[in-house]
Amino acid sequence: MQISLKDWVRSGSPWIWLSASAVAISVVLVLGLLGLIASRGLVHFWPATLQEYTYTQTQDLQIQVLGEQVQREEVTAEQIRNSGIQVAEGVDLLARQLIKVGNRDVYGSDFRWALENQLSNLNYPTYATSFERREQGNFYGFILGIKDQGQLVAEQEKGSNQLWPAVTERLEKTLRIHQQIEDLEKGAIGSINYQLEELRLDKRRLELKGQATPENLAPLEAKQAAMQADYAQLETQLRTLYQSLATSSLVVVTADGQSKEINFSTIVRAYQPNNMSLGQKLGHYFAKLWEFVSDDPREANTEGGIFPAIFGTVMMVLIMSLLVTPFGVITAIYLREYARQGFITRLIRIAVNNLASVPSIVYGVFGLGFFVYFIGGNLDKIFYPEAAPSPTFGTPGLLWASLTLALLTLPVVIVATEEGLSRIPRSVREGSLALGATKLETLWRIVIPMASPAMMTGVILAVARAAGEVAPLMLVGVVKLAPNLPLDTNAPFLHLERKFMHLGFHIYDVGFQSPNVEAARPLVYATALMLVVVIALLNLTAITLRNRLREKYRALDV
Amino acid sequence: MKDISSVLEQRLNSSSIKKRRKFRAFKDIFARYGIAVGGMGVIVAITLIFFYLLYEVVPLFKSASLETTSSFSLPNELTASQNLALITEEQNEQAGVLTRQGQLIFFSTQDGTEKARHQLPLGQASITSLKEKTPSDSNLMLGLSNGQVIAATTRFQVEYNSQGERGGIQPTVTPLFKANPLQLDPLKRAIQQVTYQKLHDGFLVAGLVKQGEVLLSKVEQRTNFISGATQETIKPLVFPSQTNYQRLLIAPDAHYIFALTASGQLDVYNAQNLNSIVLDHSVQLVTADQQVTQLIFQLGQQSLLVGDSQGNISQWFMVRNAASQHRLTQIRTLKLADAPIKFLEAEQRRKGFIAIDDNGRAGIFNTTAEKKAIDLQLLSTSQPQLISLAPRASMLLALDKQGVVHNFAIDNKHPETSLKSLWGKVWYEGYEEPEYTWQSSSASTEFEPKFSLTPLAFGTLKAAFYAMLLSVPLAICGAMYTAYFMAPEVRNKVKPVIELMEALPTVILGFFAGLFLAPFMESHLTGVFALLIIMPLGIVTFAFAWAQLPGSLRHRVPETWHLVLVIPLVVLLGWLSIALSQPLEILFFAGDLRNWLTNDLGIPFDQRNAMVVGFAMGFAVIPTIYSIAEDALYGVPKSLSHGSLALGATTWQTLVRVVLPTASPGIFSAVMIGMGRAVGETMIVLMATGNTAVMNANIFEGMRTLAANIAVEMGESAISSSHYRVLFLAALVLFLFTFVVNTLAELVRQRLRKKYSSL
Repeated sequence: MQISLKDWVRSGSPWIWLSASAVAISVVLVLGLLGLIASRGLVHFWPATLQEYTYTQTQDLQIQVLGEQVQREEVTAEQIRNSGIQVAEGVDLLARQLIKVGNRDVYGSDFRWALENQLSNLNYPTYATSFERREQGNFYGFILGIKDQGQLVAEQEKGSNQLWPAVTERLEKTLRIHQQIEDLEKGAIGSINYQLEELRLDKRRLELKGQATPENLAPLEAKQAAMQADYAQLETQLRTLYQSLATSSLVVVTADGQSKEINFSTIVRAYQPNNMSLGQKLGHYFAKLWEFVSDDPREANTEGGIFPAIFGTVMMVLIMSLLVTPFGVITAIYLREYARQGFITRLIRIAVNNLASVPSIVYGVFGLGFFVYFIGGNLDKIFYPEAAPSPTFGTPGLLWASLTLALLTLPVVIVATEEGLSRIPRSVREGSLALGATKLETLWRIVIPMASPAMMTGVILAVARAAGEVAPLMLVGVVKLAPNLPLDTNAPFLHLERKFMHLGFHIYDVGFQSPNVEAARPLVYATALMLVVVIALLNLTAITLRNRLREKYRALDV
Repeated sequence: MKDISSVLEQRLNSSSIKKRRKFRAFKDIFARYGIAVGGMGVIVAITLIFFYLLYEVVPLFKSASLETTSSFSLPNELTASQNLALITEEQNEQAGVLTRQGQLIFFSTQDGTEKARHQLPLGQASITSLKEKTPSDSNLMLGLSNGQVIAATTRFQVEYNSQGERGGIQPTVTPLFKANPLQLDPLKRAIQQVTYQKLHDGFLVAGLVKQGEVLLSKVEQRTNFISGATQETIKPLVFPSQTNYQRLLIAPDAHYIFALTASGQLDVYNAQNLNSIVLDHSVQLVTADQQVTQLIFQLGQQSLLVGDSQGNISQWFMVRNAASQHRLTQIRTLKLADAPIKFLEAEQRRKGFIAIDDNGRAGIFNTTAEKKAIDLQLLSTSQPQLISLAPRASMLLALDKQGVVHNFAIDNKHPETSLKSLWGKVWYEGYEEPEYTWQSSSASTEFEPKFSLTPLAFGTLKAAFYAMLLSVPLAICGAMYTAYFMAPEVRNKVKPVIELMEALPTVILGFFAGLFLAPFMESHLTGVFALLIIMPLGIVTFAFAWAQLPGSLRHRVPETWHLVLVIPLVVLLGWLSIALSQPLEILFFAGDLRNWLTNDLGIPFDQRNAMVVGFAMGFAVIPTIYSIAEDALYGVPKSLSHGSLALGATTWQTLVRVVLPTASPGIFSAVMIGMGRAVGETMIVLMATGNTAVMNANIFEGMRTLAANIAVEMGESAISSSHYRVLFLAALVLFLFTFVVNTLAELVRQRLRKKYSSL
């Protein structure tokens, strides 16, 4: 023995090892969390293999189950017994699986827990097909036939796949029509609706001013009539498109033999995961990934993409940084360059520092009370009386959310800029002043350019913080589903009063407020991953900038 | 050749240069003031947060006011003594007066001009009694000298013209019963007191006649669904007692009938079965030297308000005792003055009432807050004869002896909040004992809002406590190791990783805690507890084993690089604990720890509990504490530790005896700042707990914190309501708490910095 236990303990070594483990635990926790989110979020888009089992509920009741295995865990037999299910004596541990069986309209729920000892005859049917639908979640089953106008035009056996090319072709056709419909509804029709509403408000404004004379109203009414004519035309166009959608449908059968008819127009995507090559799977993966970042959400946000949330987050952060940068920088310059250093500036510095750690929800409360109800309410009274009683700015919206977050992140920018300013050596300033430059010129030409990386750092940190904040946004403008983006082709293009969607809130809403949390879970992980990546990138940029700044001025410090 | 300097001087003094110089000076001054204004503006904007929160909170504690707005004579020439009752309506625009002749006269509350008149069908009889006013019931009921009862509904309808603009108010009076009047006493004795209660299929009408005999009748109304016609049958009921009662009240759905004797004893009859009403119990409402002068229902008709001859008003309601019996219990007593209570009228929207005594002194009270919002002499020259409190409790009408109606405006917006109701234990209606409860809203308008911030503050501290329990040891030990034992190359890698944690949005930690950790911890509870034992034991064992290795092997990994060994070890031990979870559970807890906890130990278990929150929020707080503590430890001058080491101390001794005490203020401030963050954290708690406002420290149950409460309820609270302002108060409490804690930490830190620089 090299060292006795007593001496070893006395040397303090165990404590050192334990404190090393504290660091290790922290590091493992961070990396573990990131790894967990990344793995769960990225796996979601991979076409999961479809497994078919015979599920024995009781001796006499056996059914075929087709689905994706979502989760597998071991539980003690006692827990199963306590929940009222019979387990044979002598069994201690049981494995159970969570299977996504889909077919919500047939089975009532998408997921099923099954004990592994109830499952048998595992196989991977090659032609099992997954249908992603616009409603009711995924459908897993086998194609039996195609119907046109209600007439069966093609048929196949359960085990064969000769209809697959016809199915994909028809699906592509309906998807194209769907795209046209969407473009029409969102583009032309949305625009006309917006303008009609504007006309209504114009009329009301005239009425309120008491100028609603026939000659004043005539041009408005002419415009309105023209628009309504356009609208009627678009509507017929839309109706024909809708009619052409509803023509063909698929006859499918579930694993347990229940057959069902699915209209092509309700299908978003159909694939046979067990029949795909690696290349096809990769293609599918990236198509899904692209859909995720570029598409609108479906089915109460539990399916589809998160584009509006990404867009909303970016818009909000952009407007916020436009607001916070000048104010934060000016305040920092004032505090560092102009204000007389003394007790008061020290006090202000402490206060600013502390504001950075005031709970964000407090800012939310302030934003709601002061910005939304007080300022917004008064703006409405002065500028938008025609829209009353529906509020324009007197309700949570993009502008107020950006302002609230600007206030929240102001301390970050102030502190970072001040730090940058304080790092600039006196000699540089004095040199400039000695050459006859005024204080402003010194600031503008010498000090600010030198401090600009620090300002950038501050702004990036502010953006990173703002992008991840959710609590105050819940009060001042974020909604679970915004009908329109805050930026569109209708003048004035940027609609600051609109409510918007946000990545962080999306996570909260889908993960906790959604009716089908289990189905939404992978999407939440993917959204979380998206948010983490954005924020980690922003932070790393800030850290690199800061380090580079330090290197740059180290030489001047001497 | 000209002298260069003179040329220069000339040039420099040329008018264009001079102008330019002036412009530069102007720009400089302009920028100075501009920046000063901007900077000060931002600082003012920041302080605005505090003042705005305060501005929204202050009205909660402002005292109420009552002011005369107008007084006028009644529209008719009747003197005050000829009038029986005053009624008011929602909009405070019109009021009505009931005369002894059974005439309802409606008039404007501004100047007394008559608006409408309605004659009740008295016939030859005279009015002998009038039902006491009951909150949210606009029906009038009169007892007549011939044993008949008249019941009428008065409605005030706002009229709108074809453009949708608001017109005047039109009062209508419609009979409540088809039998109008209704013959309550077949013997045609005068009805001395009358009351009724709505039942699900009609009404229960009760009256007292001269001999104190109680008459009961059930008026059954059935509406035919097809024809819409109402059928009415009247069934006389038997009252089981011949006691000489003074006053009757019927509880909602006729659960109980309260009957008051002259001596102040209240007999409570159980009337759940109307065909066999039985005496349930009796209580003495007042002491022998007092009399009951007023007895009414409070809003919701759950509480009785009893006014006595010594100026006290007490609240009583049914409370279940230890023997599971419901007993009418005195909850609280409020005092107006010493004179007998003459008028007692309950508010129709809130749990409050107005009381006026024989001397004309008026008080407006709230029972939840046990608060007297207003206490003043109502009329300076005379005594009120009749009063009526408007439905929104924002206007009071008082009729004096001279027949003059006085109109008072009441400003009493937040009667339900007082320091006691916000922070203390309150005995709410229907509760068995005083409790700390937060329940801000409900579907019913007769709901008693429960604004106790104590359970929320408790929940906040509970969440913060469990978070600190995890984070403080991990963060401080980690900081000690990083600052003192780690190789700089490792430190430069490890520190950013841990600091990256701080940047992680809390919504991600919250969702991770709620969706992954909570179910995981529930199913691997044994493993989680095993981790607490296996982890330290495993590491110490490994370390000891490492110390036994031959030096040649040991020295391959220098001490400052030990972390490289520990990280895989931690992963391994963690995996081992979780893998052992089920076997251990079978071994020690008969295979089901949750079941064992709940059934054998009686500890309730929620899936989203304080342990999950502690873990997730601890995780969020670790980087804050770690980063500041590490800075403090790293900043300790090396000369100190070198001195200590030179004197023969071990590294650990140096760290614990020299470095740690020097840096302790910094570590203290790190913990304070971490605490501030844990207290204000919203999303993690919102997502990782069930958000129920419970008041216990059980680690297996959840909590509701101030911040999460604001996030949940702020959106649905009406602007400027008490609820809205109480949420602002919660925000202000959070603001002040974190501000004080952080300022303290900041001051400590600044002092420490000074100390270091002097060393």
